[in-house]
Amino acid sequence: MISIEHVSKWYGAFRVLDDCTTTIQQGEVVVVRGPSGSGKSTLIKAVNGLEVFQQGTIRIGGVSVGDPKTNLPRLRARIGMVFQHFELFPHLSVLDNLTLAQTKVLDRSREEAADKGLALLDRVGLKAHASKYPIQLSGGQQQRVAIARSLAMDPVAMLFDEPTSALDPEMINEVLDVMVALAQEGMTMMCVTHEMGFARKVAHRVIFMDHGAFVEDDAKEAFFAQPKSERAREFLDKVLH
Amino acid sequence: MNDFTLWDIAQGLLLSARWTVLLSLIAFVGGGVVGGAMLGLRLACGNRVQTAIKLYVELFQGTPLLLQLFLGFFGLPLLGIEVSPWMAASVALTLNTSAYLYDIWRGCVEAIPRTQWQAAASLGLTRAQQLRYVIWPQARRIATAPTVGFLVQVVKSTALASIIGFEELTRTGNMLTNVVFEPFLIFSMVAAMYFAMCFPLTWYARVLERRQGLALKS
Repeated sequence: MISIEHVSKWYGAFRVLDDCTTTIQQGEVVVVRGPSGSGKSTLIKAVNGLEVFQQGTIRIGGVSVGDPKTNLPRLRARIGMVFQHFELFPHLSVLDNLTLAQTKVLDRSREEAADKGLALLDRVGLKAHASKYPIQLSGGQQQRVAIARSLAMDPVAMLFDEPTSALDPEMINEVLDVMVALAQEGMTMMCVTHEMGFARKVAHRVIFMDHGAFVEDDAKEAFFAQPKSERAREFLDKVLH
Repeated sequence: MNDFTLWDIAQGLLLSARWTVLLSLIAFVGGGVVGGAMLGLRLACGNRVQTAIKLYVELFQGTPLLLQLFLGFFGLPLLGIEVSPWMAASVALTLNTSAYLYDIWRGCVEAIPRTQWQAAASLGLTRAQQLRYVIWPQARRIATAPTVGFLVQVVKSTALASIIGFEELTRTGNMLTNVVFEPFLIFSMVAAMYFAMCFPLTWYARVLERRQGLALKS
């Protein structure tokens, strides 16, 4: 489904991504962990072409992301992305946020798009807020709308870039619940997240990054029980106090 | 010749104020179109046109408008182009306005965080769609107040066109002073008329700013 092959990105001598290689199968949930500056956000943004890279190939369903001949907008429409700061469109209502891309990219009719939007809002528990504007919602609500907005495009995979890092603690669970439900339904997910409870619950694999490189790429149980590398062990010790 | 009544003077000034308004509109609309086109070009082609546009903007922002009017009026005939005061004033003011409006609008677009572009892109919108449906609606709201504010500058700068013989409010005021020898009275009336044109604009710009500020806080 998503294959990352020997991807590297650098600015002069500074390596942001260092020979990253992995494959994410359909239905797999992969969590990417690591300290600040390890390149996790850059990696996940490279998957849908928001970040460019100098070396390597990333393929989604066989289509190369870095190839200039690839229709990037069409490819991106098939992959959903959820951002740390929600990034809802402030000038549009909640429902309009959900229908914009459906109508402009997927050519759905307004009615079809609105129906789908409302159904998804219902799924994340926010149907009553459809006519509100993002500024009127709490962070947790905005993030749930953002997830619904991505799901409205019927993506084959979802990318999450630290979806709960900008939320107050009491709102983290409402967002994680949505993500857990999504994982349990079989969605292919790649999540950069600090939430280890989430990882333990639904992740199949955990990738640990440091200084742009993949230090660990284990099945979840193995990662938590006995990480192979010294760096990952140090990190887990600090995190799981 | 001194039996010009106050009303005669006022009438004369009002009639030439028409040309001030007209020139302002030409400069503003023309400048808006040219400035907007440059912004579109910059957003579409980025690196290739950046230097050229930057030079253009620096040129018009870095030289006095008066000089631009002179160069237009006295310079163009040297290239064989017949130039009337109307033509020279319109062209110089349009190009001058385009440089400033381009700069204002570019700043407003750049004020929208890059992550908004990324969010729009991640949904599959093309760059043009991102600009049209996500970025520009937001940038436009920020741009309204400074744009209207700049319109005030345009109105006032039409006064310079009098130097190249353009018939407008200031020039008429000058001519009347030479006839009636009441400079303070006449120029006070001229100032009052400029004020009458500019004040509603500055007031409206402030209303827009306040409205936009409230929108952000709510």
